[in-house]
Amino acid sequence: MAILVIAEHDNENVKDATHKTVTAALAIGGEVDILVAGKDIKNVAAQVAKIAGVRKVLACDHVSLKRQLAEAMEQVIVPLMDDYDAVLAPDTTTGKNFMPRIAAKLDVMQISSISNVESADTFVRPIYAGNAMATVKSSDGKKVITVRSTAFAPAGGEGGSASVEAIAGPAGDLKSEFVKEELSKSDRPELTAAKIIISGGRGMGSGENFAIIEKVADKLGAAIGASRAAVDAGYVPNDYQVGQTGKVVAPELYIAVGISGAIQHLAGMKDSKIIVAINKDEDAPIFQISDYGWVADLFDAVPALEAELEKSGY
Amino acid sequence: MKVLVPVKLVLDFNVKVRVKPDNSGVDLANVKMSMNPFDEISVEQAVRMQEAGMARETIAVSIGPNKAQETIRTALAMGIDRGIHVKTDAEVEPLAVAKILKAIVEGENPDLVILGKQAIDDDSNATGQMLAALMGWPQATFANEIIKDGDSLTVDREVDGGIQTVKVALPAIVTVDLRLNQPRYASLPNIMKAKRKPIEAKTPDDYGVDITPRLTTVKVSEPASRSAGVKVANAADLVVKLKSEGVI
Repeated sequence: MAILVIAEHDNENVKDATHKTVTAALAIGGEVDILVAGKDIKNVAAQVAKIAGVRKVLACDHVSLKRQLAEAMEQVIVPLMDDYDAVLAPDTTTGKNFMPRIAAKLDVMQISSISNVESADTFVRPIYAGNAMATVKSSDGKKVITVRSTAFAPAGGEGGSASVEAIAGPAGDLKSEFVKEELSKSDRPELTAAKIIISGGRGMGSGENFAIIEKVADKLGAAIGASRAAVDAGYVPNDYQVGQTGKVVAPELYIAVGISGAIQHLAGMKDSKIIVAINKDEDAPIFQISDYGWVADLFDAVPALEAELEKSGY
Repeated sequence: MKVLVPVKLVLDFNVKVRVKPDNSGVDLANVKMSMNPFDEISVEQAVRMQEAGMARETIAVSIGPNKAQETIRTALAMGIDRGIHVKTDAEVEPLAVAKILKAIVEGENPDLVILGKQAIDDDSNATGQMLAALMGWPQATFANEIIKDGDSLTVDREVDGGIQTVKVALPAIVTVDLRLNQPRYASLPNIMKAKRKPIEAKTPDDYGVDITPRLTTVKVSEPASRSAGVKVANAADLVVKLKSEGVI
């Protein structure tokens, strides 16, 4: 069995989701190779070559791969699949974008967002926004799989010494082109990699009011998230959204502020180790899944929390 | 521009999901079913394109049991011109859906196929991309803004890091995200009018597509549950608790 993992990266550094996808690949069993497709990716290739358990790194350095758009990725990956029994990618917006194209080209039904590997052909995946878990068995010759990275521990980033092999870039015409990107800039950790996340909901009332959350986040080195309601209301940008259709996170500590706990939000954070909820409505569903609930007006509670952290030397 | 809008009938998003006691699936008997919420957004977008003079014809397609016709009627009541119902009582996976849609696209020759980014039942997030690959068309997934300029579309996409803008040559596939628009409610006169709009009846066999599933559901179970913990009274209490958990 040979498995190809598609690396998630920004052309400079590999993302942690790659290490977690390698863990899922190793659980399936067999030889695991990694494809790094991008532009000027020497550093990324060197990083993934060190991931424990990796046999070989395929490096595809091409101008049309800089943004890893779906058509270009399809043209690179599909020919490689002659040599592989399975291909895995993280279920990030990048992986979700190109992987179904690979599956369709190979005439395979994709297995989306797996959260567990039962055997080489049987996997567990959340359905209905995580309200049910389906165990599915694939009869396809080749497997095309996206991986819910919060469900897997990262493979070690050191110790491996895989060889790096350069491969040719996309050969065909491309009918889509990159125009621009507006990425949120922040000194805070990324949501999906953060150990602590503090999120605000509709109860925040405005974007300006997120300032009180930012102060606590600064003290704890936390990332800031939001519920769909807060994003829909325009308080914060879309990339803050935690939930089934936003980001799925599983930090050590998740603090939900003014979030009632709609099913779709819970689906995105209920695998967090410790959940704290601050809400003035004691019947809010969020309290039913929280380890620590604090029934209070968030505009009193959050500054009080900041002051207490300050007092404790944070 | 001719626009094709595939729509799916799913368990209504407000209905609590219940796993069957024999773990064979989710209980769909006698529960409210509705149009997939993401598909409402793509229907709304197609209708707005027609109202703005960008689209000259809009067609809704649904693949599923007799009840799927209701979903097409909803789309027609929102303003779509006509429907195609591909009737089957079997569960149809995204790969087979994409194959049926490919056959329809080859017959109808639309310039744009606009779909929800995922269905809220099986959450695969695959059909649009699969159709794009089968057609050899460009795709713009997770759209939060769509602007037509000449023979191409400029689409803002919701990605993990923020917003990415891509330009795709038509014909193309677009899948829509939550914040593209706010779908309208169909008015009563439009609901009445929709009853007279045509719906073509087809089957997967008409398109020569084998819909045999590639994935077998071994079992469906409840997710691991979390139970409510304790209440804290103040900030000092919370900080002590979090310190003792070792998370701060």
